[in-house]
Amino acid sequence: MADRFAAGARVRTVHHDPTHHTRLPRYARGKRGVVIEPEGRHPLADVSAQGRGDAPVEQVYAVRFAARELWGEGEHGVVLDLWESHLEPEGD
Amino acid sequence: MSGTHADALISRQVRGLEALLEERGVVAGAALDEALDAFLAGSSPLNGARVVARAWTDPEFKERLLADGTSAVAELGYAAGGVQPQRLRVVENTAHTHNVIVCTLCSCYPVRLLGPSPSWYKSEAYRSRVVREPRAVLAEFGFAVPLDTEITVWDSSAETRYMVLPRRPSGTESLPERALTDLITRNALIGTAPQ
Repeated sequence: MADRFAAGARVRTVHHDPTHHTRLPRYARGKRGVVIEPEGRHPLADVSAQGRGDAPVEQVYAVRFAARELWGEGEHGVVLDLWESHLEPEGD
Repeated sequence: MSGTHADALISRQVRGLEALLEERGVVAGAALDEALDAFLAGSSPLNGARVVARAWTDPEFKERLLADGTSAVAELGYAAGGVQPQRLRVVENTAHTHNVIVCTLCSCYPVRLLGPSPSWYKSEAYRSRVVREPRAVLAEFGFAVPLDTEITVWDSSAETRYMVLPRRPSGTESLPERALTDLITRNALIGTAPQ
């Protein structure tokens, strides 16, 4: 399966709030970032952490966020590893 | 040991699980301790320091290290990861950029290269604050990052571990690789110190 996002792609994280474990931290939900690079395919931890054996294997991406986007202030950047399920193309 | 209630609870749970695994014959009595001892015996910040000193003195190694940390550290005999394969990504500090590592969700950390993680790395204060105000947190470590230096915080995961490649201090051009390793601290490999 081809990767959904290439390096440089502008993405937005989904705005979910599941009752179970998720690898998308609360501080980075519904935020805009830029894909740095794909990091390799892994079972989606949000599903496998529930003890289920049917976790989809997805590409994990390093995504860079500006501090201002995350916190409304700050000049630094934050890079997170996020699964394809956590990301949408920006503007969708 | 901090002896807090939470630690005691986790210890009891781990011991319970261990006892169950032994009772059902999944692991032999001492096997678990032996495996843990072997893993920790091979884990030290000296490993990370050796990787950095090699990168400072061998430009081709440095290039390979930044392109694919996992296979570059394997050249020096260091396998990344424990129970599952882990990717190692090495992030380089430059004259105008500084990198610092955290795991906001838990405490992911490259144990093999940096040794057991310091308690502050696992503390809620470090995990929640360094992503929001890294300059202030680093200042509390006694590390004043120049104002024109851009800081990047890397939030680790179970799939990828990060290590910082610090800048080589000026005036060390004549030092051999072995002497350079003595200059590199664990905190520099996390990004909370310059070297």
